[in-house]
Amino acid sequence: MAIIELTGLTKSYRVYQKQEGLLASVRGLFKRQYRTVEAVRGVDLQVEQGEFVAFLGPNGAGKTTTLKLLSGVISPTGGSARVMGHIPWKRENAYRRRFALVMGQKNQLWWDLPAQESFRLHQQIYMIEPERFDRTRDELVDLLDVRRLLRQPVRELSLGERMKMELIAALLHSPEVLFLDEPTIGLDVIAQHNIQTFLRHYQQLRKITILLTSHYMKDVAALCRRVVIIAHGRIMYDGSLSGIIDRFSNHKVITLLFAGDEPLPTNLDRYGEVIDQQAPKLKLRVPRRKVPEALAGILASHAIEDVSVEDPPLEEVIAEMFALTGEAAAKERDADAIAARVV
Amino acid sequence: MYARALIWWTILRICVEERLVYRGDFALGTLMRFLPFITQIFLWRAVFASRAEPTIGGYTYNEMIAYLLLTNISRAFSSMPGLSTALAALIRTGEIKKYLAQPIDLIGFYLLSRVAHKLVYYLVAAAPFALVFYLCRGFFAGWPDAVTMTAFMASLVLAFLLGYFLEATIGMVGFWFLEVSSLLFVYQLFSFFISGQMFPIDILPQGVQGFVDLLPVPYLAYFPVAVFLGKVQGADLVRGLAIEVGWVVFFMLASRFALHRGLKRYSAFGG
Repeated sequence: MAIIELTGLTKSYRVYQKQEGLLASVRGLFKRQYRTVEAVRGVDLQVEQGEFVAFLGPNGAGKTTTLKLLSGVISPTGGSARVMGHIPWKRENAYRRRFALVMGQKNQLWWDLPAQESFRLHQQIYMIEPERFDRTRDELVDLLDVRRLLRQPVRELSLGERMKMELIAALLHSPEVLFLDEPTIGLDVIAQHNIQTFLRHYQQLRKITILLTSHYMKDVAALCRRVVIIAHGRIMYDGSLSGIIDRFSNHKVITLLFAGDEPLPTNLDRYGEVIDQQAPKLKLRVPRRKVPEALAGILASHAIEDVSVEDPPLEEVIAEMFALTGEAAAKERDADAIAARVV
Repeated sequence: MYARALIWWTILRICVEERLVYRGDFALGTLMRFLPFITQIFLWRAVFASRAEPTIGGYTYNEMIAYLLLTNISRAFSSMPGLSTALAALIRTGEIKKYLAQPIDLIGFYLLSRVAHKLVYYLVAAAPFALVFYLCRGFFAGWPDAVTMTAFMASLVLAFLLGYFLEATIGMVGFWFLEVSSLLFVYQLFSFFISGQMFPIDILPQGVQGFVDLLPVPYLAYFPVAVFLGKVQGADLVRGLAIEVGWVVFFMLASRFALHRGLKRYSAFGG
């Protein structure tokens, strides 16, 4: 049975619409206009125990809202969700002791105290037995290499160090499900890499289920086999990372290194779009079906020193896809608006 | 039961540690607390000197000064600096999520943290308080009897609980208004006059006093002092304590209700 099960989950919320200007502000004291935002529109999802799933999507796509629903911070407008058999928004302690939520932009530790005090507090509120607590803490502290920082007030830690402490605090009670909302946001490349390495290692070790949202494709590529792409509150894709390219990109990028000092040929646009040219190098974007034909043609008529055929960068594919779904959603909204006017 | 007590103890201990970080801030704050008091002494001395009768509303000059001194003790129990604004900020910034996702009760947790605040405060403030009371010992008639003393202690504990739940309820208004400071200002202004911080409530005309007695604020400052000075005794004392308990229970429920409703609203706005 799936450990996380979402069926037709929807969440819409109201946002206050403030007009510009002082007069409008005064009017806002008496009568306010609200706009309904449909953050999540009918999400169905099943996650098996031990999966490491990434939620990708542009800002405002509904990723964080979904995580908030799953951690019980908010309740849905419709649909249902079960995590380990619990309904999250009932906020039963039995459920809350079995998962953890880490938000990259929110601090859960005590600001003025050393992290070890926050750990001690977690030991109590999650009712962790002393021996197990010591063992788990030591293990996590060593894995993340932060022993020397335990006695330092949290406010004096760097962002990366703090995120490590946040992760330790969240994992002390050995949650079976972990929700990570942008855990590497604002971190430098090295810190990001450290967090990724830790998460991968820990997930393999403990076989826990992790749902991660991130803007960094590197996080996703390093950690998750399964990627769920959410845009405009709907799931647009659910599958492997490489599958995204197969499904959403029908182009390949051919990079050619020309031999000799001759100027680059100008007649290559019949095979595809020239996306970059800096002699002796030229990049060509070619429809996937036409790759063999293009290669044969080019190699037959030019002296080529090196050639490579690659998938376009994942970021590009996803950005393109978001742009497409964005247009679709905008059309849908317009259609709704027209329908509303007609009625 | 034992496990729960241990949770509370740990929270308390950590909150105490956190407060001790700011020890310098405290020591100064405690001494400053008595500054306005000096002006009050001069004020009341002038008021009493200008009148023919030796008492005002049943208070002699010495009793009046003793009264004002003692309100510092009841205020030391009932005041909750920064509680409402801290709770409102929790809601505004979204930090409240932490209390929703973890197996912890927000109102209970903050209550313990306030107990810790108070314990640390008493620890630091005990010496300056003792000094001021020693210097002013001439204003006091003597120690009250054991029953009065017990009732005084009980009224102080209740004043603490009332102060906490009342300000917690105001803080929960943050679910509806993002900023509670103006509401808090109105409450503080109101409570400044009728809690008995400035003058004893029982010097007010009978009708007004009867009404004010039924409000929650006099129990934050006036009531415990009146108990100590033996101004309320017997049936009045029981009635007073009963009203105080009533208000504590009322605000305990009100804060819970506000949190419950507030979270629904919070959810409607997407958290």
